[in-house]
Amino acid sequence: MIDFDPSTFGLAHTYQKEDKDEINTLALPSAPQVIYKTLNGPTQINGGNKLTNFKHGTTTLGFVFKEGILLAVDSRASMGSFLSSEQVRKVIEINEYLLGTMAGGAADCQYWLAYLANHCRTYELKNGSKLSVAAASKFLQGILIGYRNSGLSMGCMIAGTDTTGQHLYYIDNDGMRLKGDIFSVGSGSTYAYGVLDNHYRYDLSLNEAVELGIRAIYHATHRDTASGGVVRVYHIHKDGWTKVHDGIDVVDLHYQFAKQKGLVGDGDEAKQRLF
Amino acid sequence: MYIPVNDMLKHFKQDAPAMANITHKSDQWSPYHDNSGTVLAVGIPGAVIVAGDTRLSNGYNILSRDATKLSQLTDKCVLATAGQYADFIALRKFLQQRLQLYEFQNEVQASTETVAHLLSRELYSRRFFPYYTFNLLAGLDENNHGVVYGYDAIGSYDKMTYGVQGSGQELVVAVLDNQLKGYNKINKTIPQTREEILDIILDCFSCAAERDIHTGDNVEILIITAAGTERIVKPLRKD
Repeated sequence: MIDFDPSTFGLAHTYQKEDKDEINTLALPSAPQVIYKTLNGPTQINGGNKLTNFKHGTTTLGFVFKEGILLAVDSRASMGSFLSSEQVRKVIEINEYLLGTMAGGAADCQYWLAYLANHCRTYELKNGSKLSVAAASKFLQGILIGYRNSGLSMGCMIAGTDTTGQHLYYIDNDGMRLKGDIFSVGSGSTYAYGVLDNHYRYDLSLNEAVELGIRAIYHATHRDTASGGVVRVYHIHKDGWTKVHDGIDVVDLHYQFAKQKGLVGDGDEAKQRLF
Repeated sequence: MYIPVNDMLKHFKQDAPAMANITHKSDQWSPYHDNSGTVLAVGIPGAVIVAGDTRLSNGYNILSRDATKLSQLTDKCVLATAGQYADFIALRKFLQQRLQLYEFQNEVQASTETVAHLLSRELYSRRFFPYYTFNLLAGLDENNHGVVYGYDAIGSYDKMTYGVQGSGQELVVAVLDNQLKGYNKINKTIPQTREEILDIILDCFSCAAERDIHTGDNVEILIITAAGTERIVKPLRKD
């Protein structure tokens, strides 16, 4: 097999020596010796350097209850003030027993959660047993501390099931790792917390928990400009995870909840008159 | 009390705060240039259509009217890039060489999903000195259905049915949302045939050329199907 020497393709590729022996290497970005000034300026919402307008803005939430863990996320990605996508997948399926949510820089979350997935699989093959949620989240924390102050932006939740039960951790780019029962991350998190704290109980049934997650995300998308699109809901239980909802449009939810409040009208009357 | 003007000024000058020793630096040279232009890709069952204008500009100057933004990486997928042309060439070179190596080692061409992941990793490997490229990877999946992957500059990607990148992105994507998804349409008539979609794409480029100074000259369209690749070039406004 031809030994592929990545250094022939340019200066940017600095593969770490120990990784060269492994079959499946992911190119690790080298920690910057010189931080190029224009890239690390403050992220501006309007205008500014196009390169620093990576995808931001989101609402994600997760909570532990008696049936396991519920994760609910929105699906909007913004680049500055431009909506780059309304269909983003913010729950990353690391493997059959671990899920990660994405908030902050989309590329950072996608890349490092994929790296974590690689590490989990390698561990499983080498050691014959699955990595625990605590260990997986700790591994990710270790990486992010190494890249501290380099400009990574990640606020993710690692949720999963292992031999000790279902666990939820919050990890962010400063190297914080918190174990908890309720978390919400992103620009819309304050709105989601308001709804969650109001109705959360440990002994919610699965249906009640799904309802609560959907409602919290809906309210966040309603008030936060950077959140919107569709709601995706995942449930983690002792046998792994299930995708409960793949995408409920928040506009449909709006009219559904309005009807529950007794407010009638989805614009049909206006449509009839105008067209 | 008579206070001479000079004395008054001296009084104010003494109260002036000492100048802090700040040297304000600004970069005089930037490795980044936006060569602009617009690219778009639409995936339909059985084919994928990729289009890009051929204008290469730098600020108010047009450097070329005939510079392609599309690059066919495998029989089934095409890379369309807007942003800095030099970074497009570097990225294209890396991908072509790496995919050739893949083909030698595996005796089969890389699938579109594989190329998509490879591109994401390559972009992220330059996380702290990014490729100034806004990419679309368009190709046929395992079932020969058209699929489009859209990227940001550092490699975050998502599968989409259609995507637009470049200076005309805001102008064009709103039109495609309306025409291809029926957003904000009362009578949702969604085009089904390839000809209808091709017409919409040509219209989109005409619109972009009208309102975006960096888009124009010609539009180059590649249609990828299981049977092969077809290339069409149509003229756009040259002003």
